[in-house]
Amino acid sequence: MTAVRRRLSPYLLLGPGTIWLVFFFVVPLVYMVKLSLESGLVGNLEFNWHWKNYSDALSLYDTQFIRSLIYAGLATLFALVIAYPLAYTIAFKAGRWRNVLLFAVIAPFFTTYLIRTIAWETILSDQSPVTDVLKAMGLAPSGHVLATGGAVIAGLTYNFLPFMILPIYASLERIDEGLIEAAKDLYSSATQSFLRVTLPLSAPGVVAGTLLTFIPAAGDYINAQFLGSADNQMIGNVIQALYLKQSDYPAAAALSFVLMAAIMVMVLLYIRFAGSEALMGEEAR
Amino acid sequence: MAGSWKWLREHAVNIVAGLVVLYLLIPIAVIFFFSFNDPAGKYNYTWVGFTFEHWRNAFGLPDLNSALFTSLKLAGLATLVSTVIGTLMAMALVRYQFFGRRTANFLIVIPMATPEVVMGAALLSFFLLVNTFSLGFETLLIAHVMFCISFVVVVVRSRLIGFDRHIEEAAKDLGASPFETFRLITLPLIMPGIFGAAMLAFALSIDDFVISNFNSGTTVTFPLYIFGAAQRGIPVEVNVIAMILFFFTVATMGFATWQQRRAEKMTSVRPEQESTLAVPAGASAAT
Repeated sequence: MTAVRRRLSPYLLLGPGTIWLVFFFVVPLVYMVKLSLESGLVGNLEFNWHWKNYSDALSLYDTQFIRSLIYAGLATLFALVIAYPLAYTIAFKAGRWRNVLLFAVIAPFFTTYLIRTIAWETILSDQSPVTDVLKAMGLAPSGHVLATGGAVIAGLTYNFLPFMILPIYASLERIDEGLIEAAKDLYSSATQSFLRVTLPLSAPGVVAGTLLTFIPAAGDYINAQFLGSADNQMIGNVIQALYLKQSDYPAAAALSFVLMAAIMVMVLLYIRFAGSEALMGEEAR
Repeated sequence: MAGSWKWLREHAVNIVAGLVVLYLLIPIAVIFFFSFNDPAGKYNYTWVGFTFEHWRNAFGLPDLNSALFTSLKLAGLATLVSTVIGTLMAMALVRYQFFGRRTANFLIVIPMATPEVVMGAALLSFFLLVNTFSLGFETLLIAHVMFCISFVVVVVRSRLIGFDRHIEEAAKDLGASPFETFRLITLPLIMPGIFGAAMLAFALSIDDFVISNFNSGTTVTFPLYIFGAAQRGIPVEVNVIAMILFFFTVATMGFATWQQRRAEKMTSVRPEQESTLAVPAGASAAT
């Protein structure tokens, strides 16, 4: 009796969640794939392995597609460069300020995403003093900051920065400081002990952080909508417009699936390359 | 001169960190200041003059109020459902070895690795083709629970992994039934994790725009209201309500931290660990 119960209990515990995720995540994705191979007019779509949706979508929107990957890649890179020093300070140097700093990192989450982005619209507008400073530094050759690719990348960097900081902080915080001291005892310089001890040990955090930043950034369309111009539209904008404005469901579904597949491939390659199972859970003991 | 150069070198990391914190907080400051603005036209983009008017009138716009109410109701329900379901899943994944465990882990990770726009589009495809759901509050709730579950599992799991099972065994040795052990020992000990997970779910839900934008039908949530208003000028009251939500969340976080400290003092589950804020504990679980 108890043995049977013990065998069954994990499935009972998993049941409700699994059903929910299968019905409202996996099945919808399957539906979307099916929809992406249909042709005809809305309301009268027919499933006929219409692969042309894919080639049409890609040839029409390849600019936005490549732009999304470039913008997201740059935003991830900037976020990494910005996040690491802060994560390092919080983990090793903050002392009793640690919780205050952690609070500052997650504080942006407490204001709505859209309002934050609209606040950047204010900050980067032509009348703003920030724009004057950027112009004086020669960072705004066109005379504007808003409605440029730079503004979109800056917005993406800002909005996903906490996703970069927190995992890096978490992995730095777990480092046994004895190891760093040992490196120093063995006559390594501060730079050497950082490059050969601290940095490799924080790699899982960096991997997780880059993924958590890149994935949402690549599919985002809010930043391009509010901070960019018609020349800075990303693939998310296209999918959104095709679905919600033009009701061209097959094309939108094809693009969504390509985006997801592209991200999956990149993530798997990256995880393989970085040699980390950062996104997979720990094993049971 | 050499001294100040040395000082700068030693503190370079901290200075950069300080600038990053400033960068993180600037938009919040802007939202706060512009909640006191008295804009000349419809657009609240340039500073005109100081007024308390919009704080006094915070709940004076019926459309905004109903959007906010819809968001709170939606986030509350989505949090409740996803926290219960997710906690059960986390228990199964940490405590049992069983066939299909890797698949279950994969099923939980994948939604977090899927761009929101794809999830939103896929769900809309499903709702359009299945035809048993009418787009609105119902479909929003389904969607919100779906994307919250994974995050709840990850946060609660991290709490369960550090759990000392001997405490439960002691309770059983003292004659507690499995249910009593769960209610009196396990649940109070993982409560901070569950609370952190619930807070994260609530924050994700109340802030969600993309997935809601696809699946809302004519229902308007707080982010959808802002998006709609952005075209014709966002009322200053939106800033006020954003700040009220901000301060409310800060207070809740303070309570959560206090509760976690208390729980850790009460037992000494992980004496070697300092208590940190509830949400970072969750984020660290994602690594």
